[in-house]
Amino acid sequence: MAMTQVNPTRMELTRQKSKLVTAIRGHKLLKDKRDELMRRFLDLVRLNKQLREEVEEGIRAANRRFVLAAAVMNDPALKTALLAPKQSVSVSVAAKNVMSVDIPVMDYKTGSPGEGDIFSYGFAFTSGDLDDAVRSLNDIFPKLLKLAECEKSCRLMADEIEKTRRRVNALEHVMIPEYQRQIKYITMKLDENERSTQIRLMKVKDMMIKENIEQKRAKMA
Amino acid sequence: MYSIAVMGDRDSVAGFGALGLETRFTDEPQETRKTFRQLASSGRYAVIYITEKAAAMISDEIEKYNEAMLPAVILIPGVSGNTGMGIAGVKKSVEKAVGSDIIFND
Repeated sequence: MAMTQVNPTRMELTRQKSKLVTAIRGHKLLKDKRDELMRRFLDLVRLNKQLREEVEEGIRAANRRFVLAAAVMNDPALKTALLAPKQSVSVSVAAKNVMSVDIPVMDYKTGSPGEGDIFSYGFAFTSGDLDDAVRSLNDIFPKLLKLAECEKSCRLMADEIEKTRRRVNALEHVMIPEYQRQIKYITMKLDENERSTQIRLMKVKDMMIKENIEQKRAKMA
Repeated sequence: MYSIAVMGDRDSVAGFGALGLETRFTDEPQETRKTFRQLASSGRYAVIYITEKAAAMISDEIEKYNEAMLPAVILIPGVSGNTGMGIAGVKKSVEKAVGSDIIFND
């Protein structure tokens, strides 16, 4: 950081001191924020990893079945089977504030005619593998949404942690030492000024006394 | 109320249609980019699932939405297999936050 030159005055000294106090308090608060964010982030990211592994496994299984179904059925039939879904999904999103990071909380509602009635086609002209594929996708779906929420939160928190860490470091290694340096500089300068004033006064006093003595001597002579 | 979109090649994505998610089929990079832009900027979707293969073509576009709360862009493996891009994304955020990867090196 560029060395900013300050006026060595008492007013400036008070200002720098109050700035230092604020910086130290800010540093402490940000450090606490960083630690707490990190603690939550690590919990969340572990969950994220676990969810992702489960979801990827689930999708892989579903895809395998889907490929089987596609192999058995002809293409137009498969397309029409999945063309008109019975179920509709809507998500409501609320923001939750965690250490000043807004993370999404998702809640989904499925509008389906009956519980577990997810098949959008008659069973007569479709392969059983397709049923399995759709069912396994449906089973994994709550986790899929949880993963979305979790992964987004992780990403947002990672950004915030990075920012906070930079702020903490900037305060600790740049701002606070800079204020301390300036306070030291001003106190030294003020002390120096005071000493020089004192010496000047003493010198003047000496000269005046000397003059006085000389005048008295002249009178006596 | 928001919807959920799924985009990628037809084989990977079609199954999600049955669950009531909105599906978009794309194969070409240009088309993928256009579709993604439409989906992401419409503000109607809370989550956009995109296959790893499609995401690889437009990673710069996806990165733009990393800092926004919505939509959440989530990578899923496609029919052709898992490229590990999804888990790499999680890894990246750990590295960003902690400075080094302490979760995945076991």
